[in-house]
Amino acid sequence: MYDCIIIGKGPAGISGAIYISRSNLKVLVIGKDDTALKKAHLIENYYGFENPITGEELFEIGIKQAEKQNIEIKNDEVIDIKWNDNFFTVITVNAEYEAKTILLATGKSRNSANINGLKEFEGRGISYCAICDGFFYKNKKIAVIGSGEYALHEAEILKNISDDVTIFTNGRELPQNRSIEVTNYIEGKIDAIKGKEKASKIVLEDNTEYKVDGIFIAEGTASSVDFAKKLGIFLDNNNIKVDENMQTNIPGIYAAGDCTGGLLQISKAVYDGAKSGLSIAKKVKNI
Amino acid sequence: MSKPVEITNENFEELVLNATDPVLVDFWAPWCGPCRMMGPIVDEIAEETPSIIVGKVNVDDEPELATKYNINSIPTLLLFKSGAVRNTLIGLHTKQDIINEIF
Repeated sequence: MYDCIIIGKGPAGISGAIYISRSNLKVLVIGKDDTALKKAHLIENYYGFENPITGEELFEIGIKQAEKQNIEIKNDEVIDIKWNDNFFTVITVNAEYEAKTILLATGKSRNSANINGLKEFEGRGISYCAICDGFFYKNKKIAVIGSGEYALHEAEILKNISDDVTIFTNGRELPQNRSIEVTNYIEGKIDAIKGKEKASKIVLEDNTEYKVDGIFIAEGTASSVDFAKKLGIFLDNNNIKVDENMQTNIPGIYAAGDCTGGLLQISKAVYDGAKSGLSIAKKVKNI
Repeated sequence: MSKPVEITNENFEELVLNATDPVLVDFWAPWCGPCRMMGPIVDEIAEETPSIIVGKVNVDDEPELATKYNINSIPTLLLFKSGAVRNTLIGLHTKQDIINEIF
């Protein structure tokens, strides 16, 4: 069992890992390479670089720095986190891991589907949590909106509840080397979700209509905010709420960096990582 | 100090529909993470607000009540007054948000 699993290997995640590791605790960092940092062309406002550096270079240097300190890093995608009584289970596309604490540091959620009708029907036929709300759609017509491994995972959970589960990729392609084979999917771009009292159909841009009883949103890679919604972590304006120690309302789950809101800057992410890393070390060691 | 009462299909009419005080009903399930975090908040509201009755419906045990009130996402809070639903709040909320929005 790890003392901490960090989800995200950007400035917040790696800083957190360095502080936890230096406290002689066992830490694992899991993340993909699609960080927002890579989109920063040249960084000129971060301390210590005489010459500007690209976001991609800084991201890679951070990972190398952690690897030199023998921090374990896995290039994988986290699709679920389960909260047990005294520990957490982190499920990735390829494996499962257990940890005493979790640090959410995936960056800001930028994958929320911008579909007409989505906000209107939230909680009325539209859900973000298959485990929580799948129960209400037993043997009914279920749609999952999304195109990555996260959507495949949510669809797999829902297949235990109904035989009629369709993935709507909203104009994107499913992963080529996917971990789960699916045959029931529709690739057309979605124009709107419609209904009266509750969501009842998905309308594509080519005007094709699909009747549905329930829609589950699982766009892109699951973000810290997606995990927060499933676990019961408080959000404020779609940012994760943390206390002065960067801990969420679930004891043992911390969050750092852009997913907690505030300045979307590397300097703030590094501070958050350091603060949460020290807080996690104190918690695990019962100081 | 009062504690939430367990609401079932059998006692629903007596405890909720025929109640003279407002009744706040929490639809929840043990496998739902947000419900797990909402539970203690609902307990606090029950303790601190003696003017209302607070009840809990485990949708796993009482699916008929969930269907009857069109619950399709949990946690959901319903506020009943004189036997009718007067307000609905879906999802996890802080105690202050619940007090501000539902009463």
